[in-house]
Formats: sequence, structure tokens, C-alpha cells
Amino acid sequence: MKKSKVFWGYAIIALVLYAVVQTLISFGMVNTHYQNMLITMCINVMLAVSLHLVIGVTGQFSIGHAGFLAVGAYISAICTMKLGMPFSMAILAGAVVAMLAGLLVGIPSLRLRGDYLAIATLGFAEIIRIVFLNIDYVGGAAGMQVTHQSTWTYAFVGTAITILIISNFTNSRHGRACIAIREDEIAADAMGINTTYYKVAAFAVGSFFAGVAGAIYAHNFYIIQPTAFGFLKSFDILILVVLGGLGSLSGAVLAAIFLTFVSTYLQAFPETRMIIYSLVLILVMLYRPTGLLGTKEITDLFKFRKKGGTKV
Amino acid sequence: MEWIQQLVNGISLGSIYALIALGYTMVYGIIKLINFAHGDVFMLGAFIGFFAIARWDMHFIPALLMAMILCAVIGVIIERVAYKRLRNATRIAALITAIGVSLLIEYTVIFFRGAAPEAYPTIFENPSFNVFGVQIDTRSIFILTVSIVLMMLLQFIVHRTKIGKAMRAVSHDADAARLMGINVDNTISATFAIGSALAGAAGVIFGIYYTRIDPLMGVLPGLKAFVAAVLGGIGIIPGAMAGGLVLGVVETVVSALGFSLWRDAAAFVILILILILRPAGIFGKNAREKV
Repeated sequence: MKKSKVFWGYAIIALVLYAVVQTLISFGMVNTHYQNMLITMCINVMLAVSLHLVIGVTGQFSIGHAGFLAVGAYISAICTMKLGMPFSMAILAGAVVAMLAGLLVGIPSLRLRGDYLAIATLGFAEIIRIVFLNIDYVGGAAGMQVTHQSTWTYAFVGTAITILIISNFTNSRHGRACIAIREDEIAADAMGINTTYYKVAAFAVGSFFAGVAGAIYAHNFYIIQPTAFGFLKSFDILILVVLGGLGSLSGAVLAAIFLTFVSTYLQAFPETRMIIYSLVLILVMLYRPTGLLGTKEITDLFKFRKKGGTKV
Repeated sequence: MEWIQQLVNGISLGSIYALIALGYTMVYGIIKLINFAHGDVFMLGAFIGFFAIARWDMHFIPALLMAMILCAVIGVIIERVAYKRLRNATRIAALITAIGVSLLIEYTVIFFRGAAPEAYPTIFENPSFNVFGVQIDTRSIFILTVSIVLMMLLQFIVHRTKIGKAMRAVSHDADAARLMGINVDNTISATFAIGSALAGAAGVIFGIYYTRIDPLMGVLPGLKAFVAAVLGGIGIIPGAMAGGLVLGVVETVVSALGFSLWRDAAAFVILILILILRPAGIFGKNAREKV
């Protein structure tokens, strides 16, 4: 009863947010620059939340997320540009193929732990990038022209579904199994949790939503090139999760929104942006290794206040 | 006869990887950290060597020594400032910090001098010579000589000196080593210094061999050297040398067969195969993780 109330509360907030922005856009009060920023923000939120499921919830350190972004981007671009499919179908196709890629990468590499897993995912992401670089059908190094089809509606709906599914997943039986794996894999195994299954599942779901983000990214940018999906992109996504807090969904969302603002304003100074990013990464790790929010959610802050009063 | 030439090229590329991989493997062996910034120390070494040779007209050997000494200092500074306080932190925190340090070095260099590449001066009059009908690149022989000398020096330091003994003891068991009166902090710093000096030397000979250096040049060789270290068995010094050579030869063969665009993928395919089939590496022993 109470849970569904919370759900409808969030749904109404999301709808209002969507309606307000959409009204502003349709009345022409938001210029293309800011529209672009809003869509980028949604893409970053999707990426951050999907990687949060892998790193924050399941504790599997993957630094190859850009690989799945690339798969989603290229597959959806092929669907719309070469096969003439509608955009919504292309998003789904990109996401499904990204999920399959996630399974393919996850099944062998998730047997590894810690550092080895990180390097293996990085290696897979590089292989994915080099494969796209060598396929002439998708333009090779020159890249692939894509029409602009991403709108605020697509981006927002994609983001809302991503957050909804991942937060539900985290709070379900499966999510609790994943958290148990993060806390102690051996103990989780001993408690009868099929650790490989849950790790691969979380990885596949994360890849699926990275694919959605990739599809929207591809159709927002006019051109996609393999160089855009190098490991610098993976690190860009990583910093969103690390800054927000390893294990905090709202932290990942807030960090994605905040860093999109920062990087939009620093667009003219890419070196400065990277210096600031790397310094933030180092300082957060040295002084607050759990990230800004840790494993807390922003909603916990409000619950804390209620505790003193009568029980609801 | 062409394949001998390719083999020589592969071995000299491999010895560059091996020099970088030694630093990775030593650091990993002692504090279990993948030092992502290692590839950037390699880049800094290449730039120091470039400035020494091209701008200050230094001879090659003093330039190499200067690059090695400065890189050793940089390596120790990185360790003292960024990694020291993370000794007891989680592995992920240390790894993220290493990534941060790597990005910081790269973009600080780009900030101060731009991303434009630099052309290394040529230091050899004869680009190649003829041995029984095989054209051998002078630089290949030279790279091989420098790396063999450095690796022998490293073997000597690790096995015959006091600090080498301390390094082996700390990597075996840091707490026991501390109880035996070994200054663990200094030993770790010494490891970073030696590893970074080797990376600096690799940077200089990389510049001489490929003649083109830029601020992001350290990223790929750094990752590939890590692959080499894993291939040989991480934490094992002869393993890093063997892994580097194998990787260099495989890459050269892949290019020679006409798949030069797939060259970078080859290293990562090797990495994934080795991680899945034999995670301990060629020279490693399988050890079960204790609960």
C-alpha cells in the first residue's frame, strides 16, 4: 500500500517535470543548445544508472561501459539508416543487441574478480570499438551519418524507464542477491545465491540500458565515430557513478545531472574539464572513498527527519 | 628472409612492452595495485628525452639517464601523494585513484603544451645494415641492447642487493617484513622509483624507434604492457619480460599478415584468453584464494 503510494508520487513528479519541459520546448522557450543539453543529461543519467547497477549494486568493477554504448549506438543507427526501421524499434533493437553483447562479455569475464575483471571489461570494450572501426558497412574510422531523431520525449521516457526498472530490480529479491554479492561474494555463495547468474544478470541489464542510451546518443549527434567510444568515454561514465556514491542510485542521477552542467560550460576548455574531472576523482577517492552519498539515497535524508516524530 | 626482419621488429617492440610491463608487475607484486599512471610516466620519459636531445643538445646516453632519474622522482611523488594513503583502502578505490592520476598527468601535459605530436630527432646515421642478406634496422638492435642491459641491471638489483631483498620480502608478506625491521614505505617507494625509471627509459627508446610522440601516447602501450604483465604472470619479473616479447612478436605478426588495423585488438584478445584459460599467467602458479 505504502510502496505504491511512493511509486505514484514519483510518477506524478516525473510527469510534471516532463510536461513542464515539453511545454517550454514547444513554446520555443528553450533553444537548441539547452535542448541538446537536456538530452545529453538524460543520456548521462541512463549511463550512470546502468553502470550503477553493475558497480554500485553488484560490486563488479566494469570500466568498459562505453563498449555497450557503442553497440547500442551502431545497431540502432543501422536499423534506422540502413533498414529504415522506426526510431522506437531501433532503440529496442540497439538495447537488445547491447544486452546480448553484455551476456557475451559477461559470461566469461565475470568469473574474474576485482582488478582482472576491470581490465577484461576494458579489453572487451576496446575490441568492440576496433570491430566497428574495421567494418566498412558502418563507415569505419570516418563514422556513420545518422539523422537527428532524438527528442526530449524519447530521452525522458528512456530515462524514466531506466530508473524505474533499475530501482525495482535493486529492491527485489534479485537486487538483494546482488547486494549480498557486493558485500561478500564468498558468503553470498555459501548462502546459496547463484553468484555467477546474478552477476551476469546485472551486467546484462546494465548493458541493455547502456544500449538505450547509445541509441538516443547516436540519433542526437548526426554522426557516430568509433573514437567517441574509447575508454575515455568509459571513464566519463565511471566518474558519474564514483562521484555520486558507489551504491546510490539517486547519487548517480544527481552526479550525472551536475556533471552534464559542468561539462557543458567547460566545453570550450576540454583540457581544463579533464583536469578538473581527474582531480575530483582523486580527491573523492582520497577523502571520501564511498563517493558523495555513499550507499545512501537522497530520499533517506527525508526519512531521517521523520524518525523522531510519530511513526507513520 | 623477410620474416627474420619482422621477428627482429617484433622483438624490439616487445622489449619496449617488457620494460613498461616490469614496472607494472613490480608495483602489482608489492601493493596489489594496477598503476594506471605507469603508461603516463612512460610518456613523460619520452618527452624528457625529447627535450634533452632536441632542445638541450644532449647526447643520447645522458638523455636516457636524465629521463630515467626524473621519471623515478615522478614515480615516487605519485606514490607518496596519491597511493600511500590508500594502502588500506578497497581495491576499487585505489584503481579509481590510479585512473585519476593517469588522466591528470595526460591532461596537465596537454594543458601546458597542447596535444600536438612532436618528432623525435634521429640519432643514427645508418638506418639499417645488412646481415647475410637480411636488412636489420639499427634502431632495433640498439633498443634490444638497451633493454637487455636494463633488465640485467634489474635482475642484479632484485636478487643481489639489500633493497632488492627487501622488495622481495615485502611483496611476499608486508607485515612479516615490517616485523623483521624492513622499512616497508621506503621499499615501496624504491619499487616505484625503479619501475618508473624503466618506463622512462622505455619512453626514450620508443621515441627513437617510432619518432613520433604525443601526450596520449602512453595510454595504449601502457594497457598493452599490462596485458604483457598478466600474460607472464603478474608479480613475476621474468614473466613480464617474456610476456612483453610474446606480445610484441604477436602484434608484429598480425600486422605483417595484413591486419594492421586489428593489431590493437590482438593484445586484448590475448588478455581475455589468458584471463579465462590461465589467470595466473604463463609463469604463475595457480593459487586458491583463501576465505
